[in-house]
Amino acid sequence: MDIQSLAKDIPSQGEQSLEGIEFINNAEQYLTFVLGNEQFAIDILCVEEIRNWERPTQIPNSPNYVKGVINMRGIIVPIIDLRMKFGIGQCTYTVTTVVVVLTIEVEHKSKVIGFVVDAVSDVLNAEADDIKKAPAFGGSIPPEFITGLVNQDTNVVTLLTPEALYKIEKHQIDGCNQ
Amino acid sequence: MSIDLAQFLPTFLEESYEGLEIMETGLLNLQSSEDDSIHSIFRAAHSIKGGAGTFGFNQVTEFTHLVETLLDEMRDGRREILKSDIEILLQSVDCIRLLIDADHNKVVCEDESISNVEGLLNESLKSSSTDTQPQNDNKSEKTQSATDAQSWLIDFTPQPHLVQTGNDPLFLFNALADLGELEIVCNTSELPAFSDVEPKELYLSWQIKLTSSDATEDDIREVFEWVEDECTLEITLLTNDATPNVQEDEAVNNETQEQDPEVQSTQPESEQSSKQELAEPLSPNTITTDTNVLTTKPQSAIVGKDKASPAKAKPDVGSIRVGVDKVDMLINLVGELVITQSMLSELGNDFDLSKVEKLTSGLDQLLQNTKELQESVMRIRMLPISFAFNRFPRLIHDLSIKTGKQIELVIKGEQTELDKTVMEQIGDPLVHLVRNAADHGIESTEVRLANGKSAKGTISLNAYHVGGSIVIEVNDDGGGINREAVLNKAIEKGIVEPNSSLTDAQVFDLLFEPGFSTASEVTDISGRGVGMDVVKKNIQSLGGRIQVESEPGKGSCFKVNLPLTLAILDGQLVRVGTEVYIIPLITIVESLQAKAELINRVSGNMVLYRLREDNVPVLPIYQLFNLEAQCTEIENALLVVVEFDGQKVGLMVDDLLAQQQVVIKSLQDNYQQVDGISGATILGDGSVAMILDIPGMITMALKQAQVAQKATVNNNVEVV
Repeated sequence: MDIQSLAKDIPSQGEQSLEGIEFINNAEQYLTFVLGNEQFAIDILCVEEIRNWERPTQIPNSPNYVKGVINMRGIIVPIIDLRMKFGIGQCTYTVTTVVVVLTIEVEHKSKVIGFVVDAVSDVLNAEADDIKKAPAFGGSIPPEFITGLVNQDTNVVTLLTPEALYKIEKHQIDGCNQ
Repeated sequence: MSIDLAQFLPTFLEESYEGLEIMETGLLNLQSSEDDSIHSIFRAAHSIKGGAGTFGFNQVTEFTHLVETLLDEMRDGRREILKSDIEILLQSVDCIRLLIDADHNKVVCEDESISNVEGLLNESLKSSSTDTQPQNDNKSEKTQSATDAQSWLIDFTPQPHLVQTGNDPLFLFNALADLGELEIVCNTSELPAFSDVEPKELYLSWQIKLTSSDATEDDIREVFEWVEDECTLEITLLTNDATPNVQEDEAVNNETQEQDPEVQSTQPESEQSSKQELAEPLSPNTITTDTNVLTTKPQSAIVGKDKASPAKAKPDVGSIRVGVDKVDMLINLVGELVITQSMLSELGNDFDLSKVEKLTSGLDQLLQNTKELQESVMRIRMLPISFAFNRFPRLIHDLSIKTGKQIELVIKGEQTELDKTVMEQIGDPLVHLVRNAADHGIESTEVRLANGKSAKGTISLNAYHVGGSIVIEVNDDGGGINREAVLNKAIEKGIVEPNSSLTDAQVFDLLFEPGFSTASEVTDISGRGVGMDVVKKNIQSLGGRIQVESEPGKGSCFKVNLPLTLAILDGQLVRVGTEVYIIPLITIVESLQAKAELINRVSGNMVLYRLREDNVPVLPIYQLFNLEAQCTEIENALLVVVEFDGQKVGLMVDDLLAQQQVVIKSLQDNYQQVDGISGATILGDGSVAMILDIPGMITMALKQAQVAQKATVNNNVEVV
């Protein structure tokens, strides 16, 4: 049984609400994380696990942002540095550097890929109406990876599209080989 | 039917293909009607028919019915088993296979061979019905007594859960209608008030009067065979003008049967009458029962429909049949593992130094358990090679007819076990080798006799274990490979320099060159399928190799050497810079410390190492993989000499570490194919290590060299 159907059974706002679970409402949830000075977010249902940074095993002749592979409970998981990929921030590895492992469904197959980010920050609730289109004024991230922008207090958070994250990996590696 | 049948479809398909195999093997061994195999053939055909009916595979049902009729006549000894009939039946086996595929994909199979074979079957059946009739009276008393009409009273009281097990009384009645005229009275006294009706339960019972029937009690019991345990069944004879209790030993054997059409097929007259019976509208009673049955289970029917669609969308998942002994052993081992685990955790609760000895022994036990567990899990994937071999009797049978040669097949070591994946991929190359042996290897009968050999040629398949690998031999006692012809052809093709002296092994290796054939004429046997170069490629992709031995006039032997499994590999761990790599042990020739005086730089800074007589090119892993290595000077480096396809290469590494078995994990699952890497594995400390793909690395190095050479050529042009 998945989390969402369980969540439906829990009384939402307006009904008798339970303490501690007031964050559960009808909105979609996103995990926000930091790359450089910017906030990003990804659909929380894709997130498999959040790990501390550990040095992975290198893959020979791979592009520089593919850091290598790690062993996650017997599964070989490639690690990709999102900061390098998107050209945001410094690629240093500190104690707060974490790896967000995502399960991405592609053509009925699921791929497990880890992404290096500077830090994870919060869970963001956003309804479909809250998501605004990103203006096409050209950041360093190509538009197909961006689902939209969400305002959070004074910050603006970029929502990323998980399916595209899988695709750029493929695409850029192919480009690198040429 | 009321329950979701789609979930049983894969099982049905699997069993049907197995049944076809049984039929095929049985037919090839069939000598006489006394032979037991006719019964197993019949049973296989009958199960396929029954299953096909259940799943609505109508093409299969119709066709198999004909086959079954023919088989039934053979089984009862009413028909002599002729070679021609066996031929037809073998062809029908192929047809059934085609039809099952067609019905599975919901298409109408329009292959001509099916209508051809169907014609042959009908013809054969017609020719029999006239001359078997008199025999019938003499031979089987039971059928004779059964020809007298008799009446039966059947009390059928099913248990309430009958329909939940997928049985439908209507089918039973239809099957009974094949035996004679029916009068059915439905007893609805048990039916509760409408509000209390449980839709999945059956509340009805029936009283059936079977008249003008020639069926025996066993025939009737057979109809109810599948529901025997789920109903109370009373069968009484009304008109007592024949002895009903004739023991029929098949009835015991036919466990898998659903409805027996035996009587229908053996008695043409009764068949006609029962057909008419079916064509007429069923009696009112039957119709009532029909609606009753339908109304008792609307809910489950809907559920079934809903489930059916996603099940179809699922791709076919391969499955393995595992012997119960293997599973039992696993359970035992897991039990032991749990005991060890609880012992260790108890030990850890209040641990002090006095318990160190206990701890070490506990850890030893854990090691032992894990090893055994690993071995038996691997054994689950292992299947006897007979799965790959059992298609060959049929192949040889067909080939000997096609080529007009007399060929005998000898199979040895069919219990040798092999990984399922390897087995699946070795099938086609083996077929090719056997075809070759039959077509090119074995001489024609005249030539054989002229050479003082027996008229019958022998092809033998032999499998056995050697160390961690399995060897499969395809032997023939034919003319052997003509060394000169191969050599001439190679020279003609420009593969080999004229006047070069080659060993026998080198010459025979030429057979695996692409587009190489010494056959003077291309037959439809050797023209089909994969070429020898593909055979070799397939075997190499499995990590195996193939060798040829041949003696003129005595025959040839193709030896295929394969690893037992693709999931585990013996590896040598090596270190380059900070990374650990694994070199498959099977590829390693030797490891050595380079000596400066044996290093030569030739033809533009290509580094060669003199290994006895050979000059081995040196391949620094750090260059190939763009790594930072500790040791970049070849002069005092460690070299691991590996060999693939006759090409030796010295891999330069920083350090040699342990040798161990590693479990191969795919990189492609979550990433993609990487050049020079065949997979990854997890080491004892939990870190990941890459497994080197030696052929891939050689190709990579060649590519890099080509790029470099091109650059030099371009430079030269500029200079000019």
